[in-house]
Amino acid sequence: MARNGVFSRRWRAEKLEEFDKLCPSLVSDEVHVLAVDDSFVDRKVIERLLKITSCKVTTVDSGSRALQFLGLDEQESSVQFDALKVDMIITDYCMPGMTGYELLKKIKGSSFKEIPVVIMSSENVLARIDSCLEEGAEDFLLKPVKLSDVKRLKDYMFSEDRSRTEAKGMNKRKLPETSSNDPSTPTILPLTSIDTASTPSSEFCSSPSSPIAFSSLLSADSSSNSSMPSSPDSPTRRVKMSNQNL
Amino acid sequence: MEVVQLQRSFVECMASLFREGLLDAQFSQLQQLQDDSNPDFVVEVVSLFFEDSERLLNDLTMALDQPNVDFKQVDAHVHQLKGSSSSVGAQRVKNCCVLFRNCCEEQNTEACLQCLQQIKQEHLLVKNKLQTLFELEQQIVAAGGAIPMVQ
Repeated sequence: MARNGVFSRRWRAEKLEEFDKLCPSLVSDEVHVLAVDDSFVDRKVIERLLKITSCKVTTVDSGSRALQFLGLDEQESSVQFDALKVDMIITDYCMPGMTGYELLKKIKGSSFKEIPVVIMSSENVLARIDSCLEEGAEDFLLKPVKLSDVKRLKDYMFSEDRSRTEAKGMNKRKLPETSSNDPSTPTILPLTSIDTASTPSSEFCSSPSSPIAFSSLLSADSSSNSSMPSSPDSPTRRVKMSNQNL
Repeated sequence: MEVVQLQRSFVECMASLFREGLLDAQFSQLQQLQDDSNPDFVVEVVSLFFEDSERLLNDLTMALDQPNVDFKQVDAHVHQLKGSSSSVGAQRVKNCCVLFRNCCEEQNTEACLQCLQQIKQEHLLVKNKLQTLFELEQQIVAAGGAIPMVQ
């Protein structure tokens, strides 16, 4: 609504170009993971681990960059071209500035709350694990992360999920009747999608009928539901503990 | 040098890295992530690690050189070093970091300085040995040989 003016044709064309350079295949069934870690080494490793399990990966070095990427930061420029559909967020716990826990809370209090968030930590602290799971983390991985961890994660999160499969195409939309139990990600369409069918909007996860409406989705979500607890049956409560050396 | 000799040296170098505890299973994990589409993955990660860790060691040296040591800062650096050494499988460096953090907790400058010395030695040791390993690898490839798999 208010942000429609930002989407001038030239702006879009430029952004699409940049976008294409970064992510040449917009239309993809690949799982897209946003990995957040302040360590170069760990970013490189997690990126490889995810790529080798056939995920598309975007790495960022901080929680604030992650929020920026998702379009959740408070600046006007937050309507980013690169808010490509994110299927999962995997974040380090200990980071300067915003910790992984704080990032988790922010995400769970946003329109992206359905995106599974996995926390990684080098410290096997039960209280830490508990509080992350309480806040809705999908899983908690102990560092150093291994290939088997990532494979397992991908398997249980993305293989049996039929609504996610449905949601993966360009015209993904959250089904109007779905409750918060639906594990599909909020629908943020890539800019090149031109969806001419209109759908009834459900909460803040309505599928925009055009890229312009995409911005209104973001402007609508900014202050909503900051402390919505996840329902007992929601996927975020399905606790699957990783193989910890307990 | 003959390929077979190079390969033997490579195997021995790799074996000793593990035997002496310089590397642990995480390094093997990294090796698993390397393939034809990413033939230099291990070298790249390890190089990143050495760049990162050298910077951290310098920061640590400076931090401990202050009249009023900021142990929180020192601990933060060590924590980072511990994380990255753990991620590449540099076991002995990582273990030193664990001890180092204890010294930080006790706010014992002297002990911290000793830990730093120890870490620098371990760091140099694993760096040199890995450099040798990578050089051997290059030589083997240049001579048309295959890199032996070391379990």
